[in-house]
Amino acid sequence: MPMPYYVSPEQVMQDKAEYAKKGIAKGRSIIAMEYAEGILLTADNPSASLHKVSEIYDCIAFAGAGKYSEFENLRKAGIRHADLKGFMYSREDVTGRSLANGYSQSLGTIFSQELKPLEVEILVVQVGVNGQPNEMYRISFDGSIIDERNFAVIGGKSDAVQTVLKEKSSGQAPPLETALSRCVSALEQTANLKLPPEGLEVAVLERHRVGRKFRRLPVADIRLLLSV
Amino acid sequence: MKLPYLPNHDESSFFDFVSTHHPGLTPGGHGVVPADRWAQPESARSGVPMAVPHATTVLAIKYQQGVVIAGDRRATEGFQIADRRIEKVFKIDEFSAMAIAGAAGPCIEMARLFQTELEHYEKLEGMQLSCEGKANKLGQMVKANLPMVFHGLVVMPLYVGYDLKRAEGRIFKYDLAGGRYEESDYHAIGSGGKDARNTMREYFQKTLSEPDALKLALTALYNAADDDVGTGGPDLVRGIYPTAKFVTAQGIADVADDRIRSVYDSMIAVRRSRET
Repeated sequence: MPMPYYVSPEQVMQDKAEYAKKGIAKGRSIIAMEYAEGILLTADNPSASLHKVSEIYDCIAFAGAGKYSEFENLRKAGIRHADLKGFMYSREDVTGRSLANGYSQSLGTIFSQELKPLEVEILVVQVGVNGQPNEMYRISFDGSIIDERNFAVIGGKSDAVQTVLKEKSSGQAPPLETALSRCVSALEQTANLKLPPEGLEVAVLERHRVGRKFRRLPVADIRLLLSV
Repeated sequence: MKLPYLPNHDESSFFDFVSTHHPGLTPGGHGVVPADRWAQPESARSGVPMAVPHATTVLAIKYQQGVVIAGDRRATEGFQIADRRIEKVFKIDEFSAMAIAGAAGPCIEMARLFQTELEHYEKLEGMQLSCEGKANKLGQMVKANLPMVFHGLVVMPLYVGYDLKRAEGRIFKYDLAGGRYEESDYHAIGSGGKDARNTMREYFQKTLSEPDALKLALTALYNAADDDVGTGGPDLVRGIYPTAKFVTAQGIADVADDRIRSVYDSMIAVRRSRET
């Protein structure tokens, strides 16, 4: 009987991680940043219809970087999870933490059990209402989950963007226009090109909105905010 | 792709998803107990509705800017009053509302499910369903409830939506088998529906103004309450009045209680003067 070649688990995991990281780094970056009135999501995305940022529930938004088909599936599963929970219990029982946990479990299981890991990095952000703090979770291809403060970056040259943002951040949540210009300049600096408002996908979770707090900003609004 | 810790499904419909994976959560609850195993309650066999609260008269009228949808506040259980303040008109999304008649529990559940259904679709697909699409989906949900109808749990919706493409308000009525019919002017359902329709038939005109449409809706409900035991009129002692919503291009707007009260005050004053 022929014996399969032995490959150490360490080697397998390392190879998988390298493969996934390579796929994610190929894309463009997405930034989530806390601002005075909520959370701002800015993506370098030339397509106006294939979204990287999307609504999950009343206070929760999703952003995905890497392979579109893979994070799109994750996004849909997240919406199902949230809507089912909200219908079964009540709208206030849907939390970003439980959703981020579900994603982390799923990605971790797929990473260790499937031949091909998912080439995705995702963000789950929840705007805090009634004095609650905001929550931002960054989840990687292997299921590792990081609770971020002030800002979070996924996809592309995320480390470089993070360094640029860290230099600029002042500790206090800035107003919307400052947050947006900070995000755009960080994206431009690392990508080494000028990003027109049409090439940006921008959405916000606004704390004081009634009901569903997610709103996409049209190009005209982005231009206006950047000109201030 | 299998996601072991999150629900899997391929379609954009929340109702289909729930029916397949959590059938117990649908108003029909079909699949949980096989229909033939279900012992029929005595009351269902004798033709008397099952002893659960029933919601009654609701109506909708078109006017220039859109549709007004209104309902009384009474729920009955046999010959008893189960609830004096039940809400039968629900906002479903930004441009549609639904009013219900029938077994109150499953009715309210269906309204909630329909709200989730439309929001779910919008989030997954990145755009809203068309007005026609929403009406058809509701028809499928009513049809799925058919097995429960034989147990006396009828759910009968009246759906109104503002069709942004056609720039007009639309009214849809349903039958128990899920049949969907569009009404061109006005409609009323429930135990007092016929009485309300009689009033509307007398006074309806095309291109009603908003105040006139509201007044007609409230008058029709008043007359229905006059002739039908299941329909509640304005309760002047407790200050409970029917509820109404306007569905227009600007979205859904609740009609304030004070406005409804003032319409009834003047109407009652006129009727009282006739008696002396």
